[in-house]
Amino acid sequence: MIRTIELKETVTASNDRDAAELRRELTARGLFLVNLTSAPGSGKTTLISRTVSDLIGRVRIGVMEADIASDVDAKKIAALGAASIQLHTDGMCHMDAGMTRAGLAGMPTGDLDVVFLENVGNLICPAEFDTGAHVNVMILSVPEGDDKPLKYPLMFQKSDALVVTKTDAAPYFDFDFAAVTRRARALNPGIAVFPVSAKTGEGMRAWEDWLLAERKRGRHA
Amino acid sequence: MHELGIVKHVIQTLHDVAKEHDVRRIGSVTLEVGEVSGVVTEQLVDCWNYFREKDELVRGAPLYIETVEAVTFCTACEGTYKTVPNGKTCPLCGSTETYLLQGNAFSIKQIEAELNTDPPQNA
Repeated sequence: MIRTIELKETVTASNDRDAAELRRELTARGLFLVNLTSAPGSGKTTLISRTVSDLIGRVRIGVMEADIASDVDAKKIAALGAASIQLHTDGMCHMDAGMTRAGLAGMPTGDLDVVFLENVGNLICPAEFDTGAHVNVMILSVPEGDDKPLKYPLMFQKSDALVVTKTDAAPYFDFDFAAVTRRARALNPGIAVFPVSAKTGEGMRAWEDWLLAERKRGRHA
Repeated sequence: MHELGIVKHVIQTLHDVAKEHDVRRIGSVTLEVGEVSGVVTEQLVDCWNYFREKDELVRGAPLYIETVEAVTFCTACEGTYKTVPNGKTCPLCGSTETYLLQGNAFSIKQIEAELNTDPPQNA
């Protein structure tokens, strides 16, 4: 006998449960996990490198670099003396909670306060899969344009903060900071917006203060 | 290859559902896929047909896909319109201050299944 069972269950339901469990465990261990998403070439690795350098001595940061194949990014981070690991997704376009858990198992997490997960460079799939992170941060670089929120609304809805990188390049692009903020907040009124240049250091302080405050506030608890 | 990961998650979710409902075998799976969910349905079916043969619970089960139309809301004129032919620009007033109301979701609508409490089919 065949019967019909109505589900209306989202495809990501099993991942959502795994992610919630991972988040609880990390909170209990006092480890703050930050998921970073962006398009390829937005300057994620440069932003992370600068943030790690600026915060040395204040928080112990580890970095997990998710990439489809290479280990170029992990080498750059390791050069700073920070714990880092390269995760290969074997062609998958996003990290899920199970992969994040497996990656963390390879990190010296007992000696860390904060772990950055540099998700695969892609603005679609990572938005749909909760990694178990406490905060989701989206990075948008000035050359990509201020209309990104119109093209990838889900990623803006899921992000707690938007870091606009490469502001030193703003004079060369018609990038409207007010417009990007307005468009992002139309999708997500609570999103924090930080224009930064990891090259000159401009704006880095506000972003780093937010990060430390989020960790301290125990928003994730 | 977004679809590969999605099919793995669908199968994982079906295992959870099977446990919950005491399902012995799944006969078919129906998905609801939004027009702008970013999922390529042909690839999804190919991945499904590959994975279903590796999994006892869903072996041989066909995958049915129902498409959900994408609809966008315009904050300027408060009208709604079809997303796919118009994109982010409202065809009613020309504003680009618009947002999607539906059509990006992706869910398992229903399954056909045999329960462990059902008598065996060829008994």
